[in-house]
This record gives sequence, structure tokens and C-alpha cells, in this order.
Amino acid sequence: MNTDRLDATFAALADPTRRAILARLAKGEATVTELAEPFHMSQPAISKHLKVLERAGLVSRGRDAQRRPCRLEAAPLREATVWLERYRELWERRFQQLDDLLEELKTKEKRHGRKK
Amino acid sequence: MAGRSSGKMQLTLPSDTEILLTREFDAPPHLVYEASTKPEHVRRWWCCMEGFTMPICEIDLRVGGAWRYVMLDPEGREVGFHGEYKEIVPNERIVHTEIFDPFPQAPTLVTVTFEARGGKTLLRSLQQCASKEARDAIIESGMEHGAAIAWDRLEAVAGELASGAARTPAPAVGG
Repeated sequence: MNTDRLDATFAALADPTRRAILARLAKGEATVTELAEPFHMSQPAISKHLKVLERAGLVSRGRDAQRRPCRLEAAPLREATVWLERYRELWERRFQQLDDLLEELKTKEKRHGRKK
Repeated sequence: MAGRSSGKMQLTLPSDTEILLTREFDAPPHLVYEASTKPEHVRRWWCCMEGFTMPICEIDLRVGGAWRYVMLDPEGREVGFHGEYKEIVPNERIVHTEIFDPFPQAPTLVTVTFEARGGKTLLRSLQQCASKEARDAIIESGMEHGAAIAWDRLEAVAGELASGAARTPAPAVGG
């Protein structure tokens, strides 16, 4: 696991505008102008966010010198998701088993009455 | 998909060196506390992966007392954790150190709080690590012993997120 790249991915994902840009790009490639429009942001501001996303390997730019369309690169996103998801899954399982145990303890307590 | 889970767990990384788990349980704090501090109870929920066993679960519940959990993976390899209790407020709060056996040089500090919420309990577990590398190692260790959990299910989660992203229209974000 390349943790440096994961760091870059998490840092890139920490910003809501950048997440929204990724969500937009998940629907298909777009130019900076097209991306800037729904966000009510200037193109230089969007470009700054795009640079962060590019550095994290989440976005690539086309060769077309005029348009340079942005494209979503899903692989690092998947890696980051799976990395945390497995840890999350582990604890969700534990807590579900704890739910079952608590049901038992509640029943037992009800039967015996709680001693102070 | 989460089965009959009674509450939704939240996993966040509040800083580069912390992991925070938050979860509501449908039982009062004294029961959640009891389930978290008696070995016969901890064994029931902490070792949750198929094929894993938990031969060691020791809890000396007093300030300065030690705890030690050891699981065996399906191949018989040890996955061990241990630490020391630093602060104990029955039914409310436990602070303890935690060391993942393969990384004895990287102890972490865990603060667990049990907050009453009208018959239910909000459990918060904050794990503070000495460095970001140590924190990442913990999450990766979770991956390691979580490896027994079917990959396809996780792939499904990742897939859901990816298709969710495709369906969600870009929200209007204020400048």
C-alpha cells in the first residue's frame, strides 16, 4: 500500500468543492469552463482545485491544447475507499455483535431486576 | 446490507493522528460498559471474523492495570493487542493505552466514552497516535485481520460509492 498516494488522495477529498468536481467528472469529461460554471467560481480558482486533484492522480487532463478536458481517474479513489472501508467493516461487525450481546444482557437484567 | 444493526457507526479521521469511532447502542451505558470491560463479554463481540478465535482476553480493570487481547487467524497466526488503563470512570469513561504487538514502539491512547441518551448509549472511541504513520499502520492492521471478510462485499461497497458519485448531480457549492 502506497501511503503517500493515499495521503494525497485523502487531502484532495477533504474539500467539498473538489468532491463536487469529482462527482461531476464521474458523469463524463469536462473542460475547466464547464466545470467552473455550476460552482460560481472563477476559472483560476477551479484550476487550483484541479491541480490538487491532478497531483493526487484523481484527475487527468486531455492533450487537446485548446480544451484540455478533465477526466476522472477512478483507481486511487477506489484504493482509498477500500483502505478505510475494510477497517470500517471490521468495526461495524464488532458493533453488530455487541448489539446482539446487549440484547441478551438487557433481557437478563429485566428477568433478574437490576441490583443497585 | 448492514443487517440488524441498531445504530449507524461513524468512522472519521479528525486529524492526521486520530481515528474516531462513534456508534449508538440500544442499551443503557452501564450495560455497554459492562459488555466492554468483562472478558466473557468482550470475547463475544471483539473477535468477529470467521475462522478467528480469541484464546486470550485479559482485563485488569483498575488504573495501572493491564489488558491483553490475542486472536488467532485461520492460519494460526497471532494478532495481539495490549495496553494499560490510565483512567476509569465506571459507566462513563475509560482511557487506556493500546499497542498492536507488531509495533511496540508505537503506543496509542484510546479514550472511550459512554454517553446516556434516553435509555440508549452513544459510544465514542477516540484513538490518538504518535504519528500519522502509526495511525495508518493501525488502519492497515484492521485491513489485515479484516482480510477474512469477503472481498466481494467490499468491492460492492466501493462500487456503490462509485455509481452513487455518478448519479449525484454536482451540488452547488458556495464560493
